[in-house]
Amino acid sequence: MAAKEAREAVGEYKAGWHDPENATIRFDFGLSEQVVRDISALKNEPDWMTEIRVKAFHHFENRPMPTWGNMSMLEEIDFDSICYYLRSSDATEKDWEDVPENIRDTFDKLGIPEAEQKWLSGVTAQYESEAVYHSIREDLEQQGVIFLDMDSGLKEYPELVKKWFCSVVPYQDNKFSALNTAVWSGGSFIYVPKGVHVEMPVQAYFRINAKNMGQFERTLIIADEGSSIHYVEGCTAPTYSTDSLHSAVVELIALPGAHIRYSTVQNWSANVYNLVTKRGIAHENAKIEWVDGNIGSKLTMKYPAVILKGEGSHAEVISVAYSGKGQHQDAGAKIHHLASNTTSKILSKSISKDGGRGSYRGMVSVSPKAENCKLNVVCDALILDDGSRSDTYPTMEVANPSARCEHEASVSKVSDEQVFYLMSRGHSEEEALAMIVNGFFEPFTRELPMEYAVELNKLMALEMEGSIG
Amino acid sequence: MASDKPVLDISNLHAGIDDTPILRGIELEIPAGEIHAIMGRNGSGKTTTANIIMGHPDFEVTDGGVQLDGEDLLEMEPWERARAGVFLSFQYPQAVPGLQVGNFLRKSVAAIRGEDEAKGTEFRKKLKNAMTELDIDRSFLGRYVNDGFSGGEKKRFEILQLMLLQPKLAILDETDSGLDIDGIRTVAKGINAAVRGTDSGALIITHYSRILEHVQPDRVHVLIKGRIVKSGGPELALELEERGYEWLEEEANPPNGNMEG
Repeated sequence: MAAKEAREAVGEYKAGWHDPENATIRFDFGLSEQVVRDISALKNEPDWMTEIRVKAFHHFENRPMPTWGNMSMLEEIDFDSICYYLRSSDATEKDWEDVPENIRDTFDKLGIPEAEQKWLSGVTAQYESEAVYHSIREDLEQQGVIFLDMDSGLKEYPELVKKWFCSVVPYQDNKFSALNTAVWSGGSFIYVPKGVHVEMPVQAYFRINAKNMGQFERTLIIADEGSSIHYVEGCTAPTYSTDSLHSAVVELIALPGAHIRYSTVQNWSANVYNLVTKRGIAHENAKIEWVDGNIGSKLTMKYPAVILKGEGSHAEVISVAYSGKGQHQDAGAKIHHLASNTTSKILSKSISKDGGRGSYRGMVSVSPKAENCKLNVVCDALILDDGSRSDTYPTMEVANPSARCEHEASVSKVSDEQVFYLMSRGHSEEEALAMIVNGFFEPFTRELPMEYAVELNKLMALEMEGSIG
Repeated sequence: MASDKPVLDISNLHAGIDDTPILRGIELEIPAGEIHAIMGRNGSGKTTTANIIMGHPDFEVTDGGVQLDGEDLLEMEPWERARAGVFLSFQYPQAVPGLQVGNFLRKSVAAIRGEDEAKGTEFRKKLKNAMTELDIDRSFLGRYVNDGFSGGEKKRFEILQLMLLQPKLAILDETDSGLDIDGIRTVAKGINAAVRGTDSGALIITHYSRILEHVQPDRVHVLIKGRIVKSGGPELALELEERGYEWLEEEANPPNGNMEG
């Protein structure tokens, strides 16, 4: 019993260790215009970036909290007790050997260097506010693919960054996109030249280590005409009794005929607020896919979006959310059909357990001029016990009658008969639940690179452990 | 390796659900290598008997015992019973969307027969042979467990599991329902292959004698109101087919209520 209580107290979370803090630069808690200017000065940024940051900061200050999602949890965020910039390593290394040992050990434990060797085209590893490791395969570099951390991107390609930064997600979009724009640090900058296909995925891994940390990475991916890339990101943090804040902005630009797939498995510890704005613009015949898994965090509010701007473009958002004890996953998708003959597909799957709450919040719109659009929305929820909750908030605004819209929603519970059937084949009750849960997520996991899919299945099996009263 | 203990030994079994008694003193022994049939009308307690042997949590055993090869089953969780050698072919197998048949078979064989039995060419060969025997297409392995299966496919899949898991005791609950005559022949072939010539035992639960034309039982038991009221050889199944159950119900419940009469 004691063991069970202990497990409940720290959760089943396996990435919850933390290293001693060895900050080389650490800002005091709290946020002001000076903090924003200091971050920009520290990074030696061009003036235009400093100005956007300051404007965004003032917008953040004046902008009220969202009035949806989970307002009472949002109100608990104490912006004065967050550290907005923390650097633990003075450089971004190209060789794991040069990364400070304790940080390297953390990424070793998370399996990043191993994955890099086996199946990735490039890796960025961010620790607190800065990338500590970065590398890309030489052949891609020779083909002109740019894959940098965002700060290096701004230094080396200021014109490209200036052209696209805030072009998909303006800082005025919402309170947290303003916050991110004010204090952003790290993230990825990617440019794929015309016609280049990056066959193996590139990966970014985000790790928060310090207590009361704010991580605000900024990612910008531009896929030029007819090119393609698959970007995967993972994230974890230590388990602390006080809260941390992760608030990223991701902007994708798929130029005509390009294809961007962006896959996330978010596994933050249960004390992290995860308030992220992700949006892409798809030009003629381009395709943008968000494959979005939300397993961890205290509160996630995230609705990957695609603006279908060019004729014949296509959007897909496939997402899963798992909400356990004390967690609320408010996730979904937004798709705007601005052009004719555009198609979109949303598949959302959520599981709630031990009093957790999962919400699907979705918005699909078709503008009056967009002819012959096709939309398909499917949301399925699986509730594992009586105290857990699932809600669906789907919105469709269709202003052109030629659109073909399909919407399906289902809520189901795991039945005792299902569990008994699996038990009669030699599987314990926990194994049976894990089989049902992994089966429910299967349409999502099959879209992930195999290594990620295996990891996700293990994660869910772990979540089912100790769940039998 | 034949033990002198019966594969299944049920003695004085009383059980029910929510304080409603269903089984009222069942006695049944199945020796190694034998196939027995329990016949009876709906509501006589046939499926309850199967569920209790497998360990369904809804039922409560109030008296008596159930042993597998001399081991007390009632003390075990359902998955422990499966690992000890009990297999139940369900009347209504459950769907598990997203769980692939091939993956599920491998995991179940690993859980029950051990990891080594679930990998390598030996396993693949066994799987292929069983599927051929049951007339199941290879594409079946990529489908989800019982999800969108026809009635016949579900029953074949149960028998496929039976053949791979090689239990000591196979319980087949209404395996013939929902099957056409070809289907019955096919699953009967599978049952015979799994039990005949082995030390295993089987218990076939049915209310028609159709399947018993293809799987010849050693003994037939008639269950009425939670009790076995008559046992006999295979000819008893034919007699029931002709005469129905009424005459036995009268024997079980004499009209004058005089139990000694």
